Amino acid sequence: MRVSVQLDDFDIGQELDLFRNGKSNTGAIVSFQGIVRNNSENSLLNMDIEQYPGMTQKAISKYVTTAVERWSLNDALVIHRHGKLFPGDQIMMVATAAIHRHDAFQSAEFLMDYLKSRAPFWKKEITKKGYHWVESVFDDEKALERW
Amino acid sequence: MIKVLYFAWVRERIGVPYEMLETQSGTVMELVEELKQKEERYKVAFSDLSALKVAVDQELCEFDAELNGALEVAFFPPMTGG
Repeated sequence: MRVSVQLDDFDIGQELDLFRNGKSNTGAIVSFQGIVRNNSENSLLNMDIEQYPGMTQKAISKYVTTAVERWSLNDALVIHRHGKLFPGDQIMMVATAAIHRHDAFQSAEFLMDYLKSRAPFWKKEITKKGYHWVESVFDDEKALERW
Repeated sequence: MIKVLYFAWVRERIGVPYEMLETQSGTVMELVEELKQKEERYKVAFSDLSALKVAVDQELCEFDAELNGALEVAFFPPMTGG
C-alpha cells in the first residue's frame, strides 16, 4: 500500500498501470479520481488546500490499513494533493485491488468517505468576489455511519 | 511546553499557525478556557466549540481529552478533504 500527500500533479494512467503490475491474484481494481469542480456561478479562480503536515499521512495510512484488513485487499493506493489547484485539476485518487469487485468497490467508497471528513485537509475557494473556506457537509459526516 | 497549532479559519482568526505555550491545563477544555482568558482573538475563535475539532498528538479526540504529557494540540474546523 502507498499513501502520498503531495503538491505535484500525478498521471493517473501511469499510477494505475504500476498499481496493477504483478498482481496476478487480483481480479478487480476500483479507482476514483477527485477533480476541482467550479461553483454554480463559474466564478472559481482557484482552490487552496491546506493540510496538517505530519498528521495527514498518518491519518490516511490508518484508514488504508483498516480498509486492507476489513476487505482483505491485495493492495490500496491514495494520492492526495494540497496547495493551489485550478478548476479541472485532479485533487486526489484512490485505488483498491481485491480478488472480487465487491470488496474493491466497498473499500474504495469507505476510503472516500473517510478522506472527505477525517483526513486533515481544508479547502479554501478563491472567487472573483473574495474567498471562503468550504464548509463540511452534514451528509459527509452521516456517510461514515454506514461503515 | 506544548505546541498549539491552528488551521484554516481558526489560524486566520488567531493570526498565527502555531505557538509554544507553557500551560498547567490538564485537559483540552481547560486549555481552551485559558486561551480565551488571554485575548479577544481567542475568545472569537473559540466562541462556538461545536464548529471546531481538536487533535492531541495528531489523533482526533474530544474536548474533554486529557493533555498529560502531550507535545501537540491542534484546533481546526471540520475537515474537507477528498
